[in-house]
Amino acid sequence: MATMNMLQAIRDALDLKMADDDNVVIFGEDVGYFGGVFRATDGLQKKYGKNRVFDAPISELGIIGAAVGMGAYGLRPVPEIQFADYILPAYDQIASEAARLRYRSSGEFFAPITIRTPCGGGIYGGQTHSQSPEALFTHVAGLKVVMPSNPYDAKGLLISSIEDDDPVIFFEPKRIYNGPFDGHHDRPVVPWSKHPASEVPEGLYRVPIGKAAVALEGSELTILAYGTMVHVAIAAAQESGINAEVIDLRTLLPLDEETIVASVKKTGRCIVLHEATQTSGFGAELATIVQEHCFYHLEAPILRVAGYDTPYPHAQEWDYFPGPARVIDAMREILETA
Amino acid sequence: MEINYKSGFQVPEPSSRPGDTPNFSYLSLPSPLDSVRPDTSCKASEMRDLAYGLVRVLDDSGMAVGPWNPNVDAEFLVRGLRAMEKTRLFDERMMRAQRQGKTSIYVQCRGEEAVSCAHQMALEKGDMCFPTYRQQGLLIAQDFPIVDMMCQIFSNAKDKLGGRSLPFFYSERDYGFFSISGNLGTQFIQSVGWAMASAIKGDDRIASGWIGDGASAESDFHAAMVFASVYQPPAVLNVVNNQWAISSFHGISGGAEANFACRGHGFNIASLRVDGNDFLAVYAASSWAIERARKNLGPTLIEWVTYRAAAHSSSDDPSKYRPDNSFDLWPLGDPILRLKNHMIQLGIWSEEKHQALIDELTLEIKEAGKQAESFGTLGKGSKPSVSEMFNHVYKDMPAHLRRQRQKLGV
Ligand SMILES: Cc1ncc(C[n+]2csc(CCOP(=O)(O)OP(=O)(O)O)c2C)c(N)n1
Ligand SMILES: [Mg+2]
Repeated sequence: MATMNMLQAIRDALDLKMADDDNVVIFGEDVGYFGGVFRATDGLQKKYGKNRVFDAPISELGIIGAAVGMGAYGLRPVPEIQFADYILPAYDQIASEAARLRYRSSGEFFAPITIRTPCGGGIYGGQTHSQSPEALFTHVAGLKVVMPSNPYDAKGLLISSIEDDDPVIFFEPKRIYNGPFDGHHDRPVVPWSKHPASEVPEGLYRVPIGKAAVALEGSELTILAYGTMVHVAIAAAQESGINAEVIDLRTLLPLDEETIVASVKKTGRCIVLHEATQTSGFGAELATIVQEHCFYHLEAPILRVAGYDTPYPHAQEWDYFPGPARVIDAMREILETA
Repeated sequence: MEINYKSGFQVPEPSSRPGDTPNFSYLSLPSPLDSVRPDTSCKASEMRDLAYGLVRVLDDSGMAVGPWNPNVDAEFLVRGLRAMEKTRLFDERMMRAQRQGKTSIYVQCRGEEAVSCAHQMALEKGDMCFPTYRQQGLLIAQDFPIVDMMCQIFSNAKDKLGGRSLPFFYSERDYGFFSISGNLGTQFIQSVGWAMASAIKGDDRIASGWIGDGASAESDFHAAMVFASVYQPPAVLNVVNNQWAISSFHGISGGAEANFACRGHGFNIASLRVDGNDFLAVYAASSWAIERARKNLGPTLIEWVTYRAAAHSSSDDPSKYRPDNSFDLWPLGDPILRLKNHMIQLGIWSEEKHQALIDELTLEIKEAGKQAESFGTLGKGSKPSVSEMFNHVYKDMPAHLRRQRQKLGV
């Protein structure tokens, strides 16, 4: 075991897969010599050479388009998109190409690509360094969408993603790279070393894609969350004294419906929580699944706590960000319903 | 006093529209003797002129001349002619099948057969083409079983792709033919990625990417050029300038103020502009670029100057936007006729032999058609099972898809 933050866990997963499989290649903007703007690939070019870890032109379309071709050749590319906000130029190559290549060719060609990209807010990044575009990808047949909330899962899920023969969008909530941020921006940063999930096994291990985890057991209500919001939900439960169960989805597509349904059937109340804008957000999918499977167990309407339907603001970041106060309000509201 | 400012806004217009006499004066036709054939190790910066000229081999009298003459033997010429004629006859038959309701849509490559057929004949096994929907000649020139192509076109029970893809969106990995996408241009950068992978692995296989004049306006084209320039992978990048997108002429994609080949210069990529209706020029230029790639001497951009003789697709009516007799007056002529005349000049071919070839191929295609139709045509006879719709979305079917399939009862 070693104590790692998210970045170290991600780098460790990349390092191990590079050593394990010659077909793994890493490229993206600034990822080579410099090791990435968040340093997730630090040292990898030196260790594995420029043939396998290299800088790419500032062309997200080009990065993913090239990755599709490399995947078709037989490599296992792990491109980085520097910020999820900049993934849209590559959207066609992801949604129409990587996602459908297998379908189009009856599996003759496929795109075993893992697209790593930092997402989410909380760093005063404004409109272009804060967004959570996961719903743009969960809507696409043929993709897998993953978002870990801690170092242990980040490493295990990244290894699973790289080994997966289907394209995976691997979202890394950048605010929790260095510590489990619970939404209290005015408090000092807590390092990962204080968190049990920073205990990371050395060597390869896998966290399966498509399996959620119960991050906090409880009985009064269920909060469905992922990424940074898992920590916000736990903080809200602890601060309010409400006995909430927090489900960390970990994978959004394919979704672990069993874990969700079991929890909501048990608690009878459900809040869906995400940073992304509310309308047509992934929470809408979650709410639908809950009502389809748990309708007769529900004791209150499902509530959504999400980013407001505005572009991500700068100065108003902490009014926008769905922090513990908003979650506690929602928990109180849902418990007041008889 | 009123001042009339001339608007600086312009929308390019083709040289002729319906009712006009086709005017191709914009195309200058240098003699094959005017061209220079550099060594394949030539620096891109030392062969700039080749992007402004036109690589040709067949002269006006039908003889193979000049530095690009590949000096191939008679057997090779017969194979080339056969591939082109077979492609055309196949297209004609499939076009009729579409009119008879046996498939939803069809796209012919009439007039452009030399580009795909001769290029294919310069490739080696293991190389990978990333084609558009108009390069069926790449398969036919390899004697790919046309019954299989037809089964896919008819989306019948023997469609290898299980009915999931549009007709003629073939995927034939073992024949170096990458799965066709309907999203224009996407495959161009993918071909560069494939070539990068080949270089990373120290492999000597090369990628050949394809794009149309119209689609070359997509960002994917430019991404491909940037990546090809930066990483120098073993790729041949083909722009098939058949003068037309659907109803838009090449000027709408930026091909009037500058040609497509010279776009390579900004990236210092070796660039050739080639008579795409000259089978021997296509073979020679392809061989040059393929050798250059295989020796890791860098990528090449090739503009194939050709003409889309048929409608864009079975859904299109070109008489609405260009003169009907355009192809008859196209200065680069018909690639099949030109090769045939050359072979007659050489004394290795005759009208009789050609008719015999047409008869033989027509019969072969007819037989194949019958066989394919016996497995069904679109919406008629046997067809892929409904459950095929759910296959190959992922390697392993996830639970939510399984539930949807079960609900449909298939
Ligand atoms: C991204 C995208 N935009 C538009 C279309 C619709 N479309 C299909 S073919 C075509 C014209 C393409 O022209 P060109 O690239 O010159 O190829 P050609 O058909 O002449 O071979 C258009 C606009 C498409 N398939 N994909
Ligand atoms: Mg065209």
